[in-house]
Amino acid sequence: MRKIQLLVLALLAGSTFSFAQEYFPKNDGVKAENNNYTALTNAKIHVTPTEVIDGGTLLFRKGKVVAVGQSVTLPKNTVVIDISGKSVYPSFIDIYSGFGVEKPEKAKSDGRSAEFDTSREGFYWNDHIMPENEAVAKFEYDDTVAKTLREAGFGVVNSHIQDGIARGTGVLVALNGAGNDGERIIDDRSAQYFSFEKSIAKKQSYPTSLMGAMALLRQMYYDADWYAKGTIETKDRSLEALNKNKGLVQIFGADDKGNVIRADGIGDAFGIQYAILGGGDEYERVADIKATNAKLILPLNFPEAYEVSDPYASGYVNLKDMRHWNQAPANPKILADNDIAFSFTLYDLKTPADFKEKLLKAIAYGLPKTKALEALTTVPAQILGKSAAIGTLQKGSYANFLVTSGDVFDKETELYENWVQGTKNVVNDLTLKDIRGEYDLTASGQTFKLSIKGEAGSPNAEVKQDTAKLKSKFSYADGWMALSFATKDGEENYRMTGLINKTSDELNGKAVLPNGSETVFKAIKTSPFTEKDTSEKDKKDKKDHEKDAPEMVAVTYPNVGYGYSSIPKPENILFKNATVWTSEDAGILESTDVLVKDGKISKIGKNLRGGNAQVIDATGKHLTAGIIDEHSHIGALAINEAGQNSSAEVKMTDVVDPEDVGIYYALAGGVTSLQLLHGSANPIGGQSAILKLKWGESAAHMSYDNSPKFIKFALGENVKQSNWDSHTRFPQTRMGVEQVFTNYFQRAKEYEAKKKSGEPYRTDEEMETLVEILNGDRFITCHSYVQSEINMMMKVAEKFGFRINTFTHILEGYKVADKMAEHGVGAGTFSDWWAYKYEVNDAIPYNAAIMHDQGITVAINSDDGEMIRRLNQEAGKTIKYGGITELEAWKMVTINPAKLLHLDNRTGSIKEGKDADLVLWSDNPLSVYANAEKTVIDGATYFDLEKDKQQREAIKEERNQLINMMLKEKAEGGETQKPKQDKKEAMHCESGVGAK
Amino acid sequence: MKKIIEFIVLSMGTVFSGAAQQTPAPSQSEPVVIEGATAHLGNGEIIENSLIMFEDGKLTFVGPATTKIARNGTQIKGKGKHVYPGFIAPSTSLGLIEIDAVRATDDQEELGEMIPHVRSLIAYNAESKVVESMRPNGVLLGQITPMGGRISGTSSIVQFDAWNWEDAAVKVDDGIHLRWPNTFRQGKWWEGEERGYQPNEKYEEQVTEVEVFLRNANAYGDGNGEDMNPAFAAMQGSFDGSKKVYVYADGEKEIIDAITLSKKAGVKNVVLVGGYHAYKITDFLKENKVPVLAQLTHNLPVFEDEDYDLPYKLPKLLVDAGLLVGLQNGEASNFQTRNLAFYAGQLVGQGMDKEKALQLITGNTAKILGIDENYGTLAEGKSATLFISEGDALDMRSNQLTHAFIDGREISLETHQTALWRKYSGKYRGNQR
Repeated sequence: MRKIQLLVLALLAGSTFSFAQEYFPKNDGVKAENNNYTALTNAKIHVTPTEVIDGGTLLFRKGKVVAVGQSVTLPKNTVVIDISGKSVYPSFIDIYSGFGVEKPEKAKSDGRSAEFDTSREGFYWNDHIMPENEAVAKFEYDDTVAKTLREAGFGVVNSHIQDGIARGTGVLVALNGAGNDGERIIDDRSAQYFSFEKSIAKKQSYPTSLMGAMALLRQMYYDADWYAKGTIETKDRSLEALNKNKGLVQIFGADDKGNVIRADGIGDAFGIQYAILGGGDEYERVADIKATNAKLILPLNFPEAYEVSDPYASGYVNLKDMRHWNQAPANPKILADNDIAFSFTLYDLKTPADFKEKLLKAIAYGLPKTKALEALTTVPAQILGKSAAIGTLQKGSYANFLVTSGDVFDKETELYENWVQGTKNVVNDLTLKDIRGEYDLTASGQTFKLSIKGEAGSPNAEVKQDTAKLKSKFSYADGWMALSFATKDGEENYRMTGLINKTSDELNGKAVLPNGSETVFKAIKTSPFTEKDTSEKDKKDKKDHEKDAPEMVAVTYPNVGYGYSSIPKPENILFKNATVWTSEDAGILESTDVLVKDGKISKIGKNLRGGNAQVIDATGKHLTAGIIDEHSHIGALAINEAGQNSSAEVKMTDVVDPEDVGIYYALAGGVTSLQLLHGSANPIGGQSAILKLKWGESAAHMSYDNSPKFIKFALGENVKQSNWDSHTRFPQTRMGVEQVFTNYFQRAKEYEAKKKSGEPYRTDEEMETLVEILNGDRFITCHSYVQSEINMMMKVAEKFGFRINTFTHILEGYKVADKMAEHGVGAGTFSDWWAYKYEVNDAIPYNAAIMHDQGITVAINSDDGEMIRRLNQEAGKTIKYGGITELEAWKMVTINPAKLLHLDNRTGSIKEGKDADLVLWSDNPLSVYANAEKTVIDGATYFDLEKDKQQREAIKEERNQLINMMLKEKAEGGETQKPKQDKKEAMHCESGVGAK
Repeated sequence: MKKIIEFIVLSMGTVFSGAAQQTPAPSQSEPVVIEGATAHLGNGEIIENSLIMFEDGKLTFVGPATTKIARNGTQIKGKGKHVYPGFIAPSTSLGLIEIDAVRATDDQEELGEMIPHVRSLIAYNAESKVVESMRPNGVLLGQITPMGGRISGTSSIVQFDAWNWEDAAVKVDDGIHLRWPNTFRQGKWWEGEERGYQPNEKYEEQVTEVEVFLRNANAYGDGNGEDMNPAFAAMQGSFDGSKKVYVYADGEKEIIDAITLSKKAGVKNVVLVGGYHAYKITDFLKENKVPVLAQLTHNLPVFEDEDYDLPYKLPKLLVDAGLLVGLQNGEASNFQTRNLAFYAGQLVGQGMDKEKALQLITGNTAKILGIDENYGTLAEGKSATLFISEGDALDMRSNQLTHAFIDGREISLETHQTALWRKYSGKYRGNQR
């Protein structure tokens, strides 16, 4: 027995190298180095994805390729392995791995107030910035995991600590189970990693939002730069590490298409080109993705079909999710078609075992095999700057390769061996003999029928005596078979074992009879194994598969139910005979024409000619300027950065979500522009995004060109955190709120003075923003409720020599309307909201009317995804409450908010030369009976009642089509997942205020 | 410690004092005549140039102004104006909570799952400033409804001009409110689940709990009443038909389960509340003679592939199918209940006849709540609970009340809010800059 063990070991050693370092002493024997060569011959060798050698030889020594080609001269001391008929590929590389690096544990919440300060000393002020982390320091090789990766075809992975915003350096590891870390670690500082996700191990509150994470990254780079100049006297090991890692490859874990663009934007600002981990949905915005010039790392996280057989339950699955199931496998193909370089990763797959199936799916969707191979070999090697060492089988590369039965991307192909650094790892035995078939088994005069079937590598057996089936157990491994079966009465057993003879079909060996006596058995093959039933089924499956080259439904803009098949384009339109609400001194004009040309309002008058313009008969209808919502939170991925009492550095433009169906709803309510405001979590909030609701466009294209700059401020219960448990953040009272403002503005003054003095200074995005306010370059929209704080805010502004632009909510504005008028501030308010918290106890619906009467520019706004679609009615309420005229009421949702946003020279009224932002109404727009029939922005129609009807039908049809496709997938044995629906949080001012 | 509590109580006292409610109106002392207005009867009919008279709180005449009949008492000129029955807000927690964010003012939800014995009426704050603000918009009656648990408790119907809850009561303990389980639930995102909807694995279990409770409550009523079980006892009216059971369900499966199982357990009168997808199973509802208190129209679609205006037209789809429908806004904040008329108005924009839309907040609601003998429509013999508006009361531009009456008593249309309006308008009139 001992002999056999030795034999096995010796066999293994033949293919194993130990690169024993020459300077290491050896005390358990004498030094004996293996300097032999190994050659695989007669193989189809894929040296690179595009260079293939038929009948080639791969010669390697000490883990590296020495030569590859058709005629390679083999040194005498070469162990030759003939693998004729087999294929060789460079093994795969995953550069977004967590292999061997334990993810930190989640910090336990103690249920108390959020923590605002850092928990560390000698590092960056924010705990989520950890560039000093080194994966190699935590690295512990785990061969159990390595084995699963090798079985999926991977030979090298780049691993990092997948936690935090700045994550430190990665480690490049060969999955060489036979070696030690000295051999398998190829690079211990292989790349530097980042993400937008906070550390789960740290409790520091900031950043609570995506935009906060982005601002933090920007400030981190500014601070690193400042630190590099030697201007900071204290030690900051984080910034030191960041500066030290500057020269490395920079990799960003973005995780979805929008974040790819966000990450790239940060890189652009600091001269860094990240390689970026995508989310698998890049196909939806491929042009924007291409424009980043980033090399991508793509997960193959194609969703499973939804379980849709129950019609009630399937109703919960949104069309956009059904579509993603259908379209996601095309992501690699579409990116390849657009010449975007990408590598693949196992990241976000349930198990590495799923990898091949997903990869084949991508290929079935049209990904060229060469591209697939590049994405697994040369591209990841290039990203890491390691092309000379990994990713190909060129001379000098590591001998990391796969031996397969054929095309590595064919479903039937077997992966036999995965060699890492010249070490063989068997996945499926290349030399395995297929022993399946029908046999006559005899032992001690008894005859049995033995049927061996199942899979060649792990077959099972059935034993019969006459017609009786006997209970049996069978195993086949390492060239040995073992069989035991019961006697007819089931009381006793036969046991047999034998070494398989590679040259004969006969099985024989030793048998132990039921009575315990030992003898021999013999089994003679009577007929070969036929996979009758299954093989036919396989064939049929295969045929079906080929017939059904996956059918892909069209991508829309945005790629959700009500997305358009193409982005609306400006048209020339002539509205005939409308009642035109100008929102100007001209008032309401009966039976008037309005001509739209080149995105602008070209002419207003009677009997206009429009040339080739599309003519719309607006008789009996009302045409108005588009509604402008001065205070909105739709179309955003985050609202509050609640981690600091000032977050002037965060930008809502960073987190615009152009796919929020709320945008479509708002268009259907006649809204064309809005201010996307930061929330009210802190006295100094974040910078606004001012958007035109161009449904279908990207976030960048929704923003106004040369947008006026705004910032949200807030007062009262939210900023002092009155309505939830938080007792550690200053301010806790209205008294403290004033102090926050005066302190920040004082600091901003000092910052600017230093900047102007010509002395070196540390760039501080927060201070830069506040300086803009002081200089009148940025305007404040201030969330406010009670009169005391309103007055305070104006006094603070006056002290620092600027003016508050707008008070929003401003529900007690009516109490200090005279002071507001004197200060020159505008007001954006609700029509009739109150009673939701203590500070709105004195809110009255007459507020707008009183402020208006005092000469204040008043807008009615929503702060709500439902109310935004009925702002016309909300304006109508000012007639009921306070007797505003219809003309003035209508201005409160058009020209007045335009004035408050400094956009009144561009939009907000019907005036020649202004942007063609128009709404056609079925009735008096202030009436509850009115419906918006068309909503036009810059001359392009973004909502149209007729088009909407067609969309409804199309959605119904497409849902049905995809449901049938999913049912088919399930019937054919595809995996399914339970129905589910991502429901976005309905956003308003307080969304995420209490986030920890 | 005691001192601290005292201090808190004291400070709360100061905080919530302020203008008390308008003084409730005394009983009608002399007849009232409204002549020349357009009368919207609340039953789908309209009388242009109408004559409406009431005495001792009851309508004595509703008909055309051309009628030759003596006009005694106070005369109100109605020409160009509109008269409506007082609007009725069902399934509301008005008077049970004053300020949403201040827990001390919140009496909406009691602890427990099956608590039909919990009664809203005794907690109803007749002096609520929020209740008061309903009246200038024409909302004069409400079904005050507890909001907690699976079976939340028992509601009562009140009128909005009273000294205390006892005077306010129009129908005491009128119905029991059952919030049906959902087949899907929202992820516990704070525990790391995805925020969206996922199948509720406990649906069957939760349904069984309700079923077992109802059957036990029914069996309890057949017993001799020994061993008092307050929850079972409170359910008895639902089995003899004296109390309606309001089931809150939105999905098709949930609605079918709720109605089938309630009826099977012996519940006599079921009203569906919410019924977001009720429009898909109107035949089933008709067969079972179940009326619907539909959700307010000013809502967003629940599913993003649905028509953007589905919430705007939902009640219309039910009416068109021939169901008895009223409107409620239980899901919205209480202060929004004053917009009840505009929820109905929204339906007119969807093509519904104005008088039909009006029925959804007057006559139909009264029928569904079982107070139609006295309220909901303008008809001789019924309570004079009505108001006069300068214009169309379903449109915010023209909903301008000049008079309102509850049981013939002319109530004040002033509120905490109008008081502040006058106070500060005065400030600027006296202090024009």
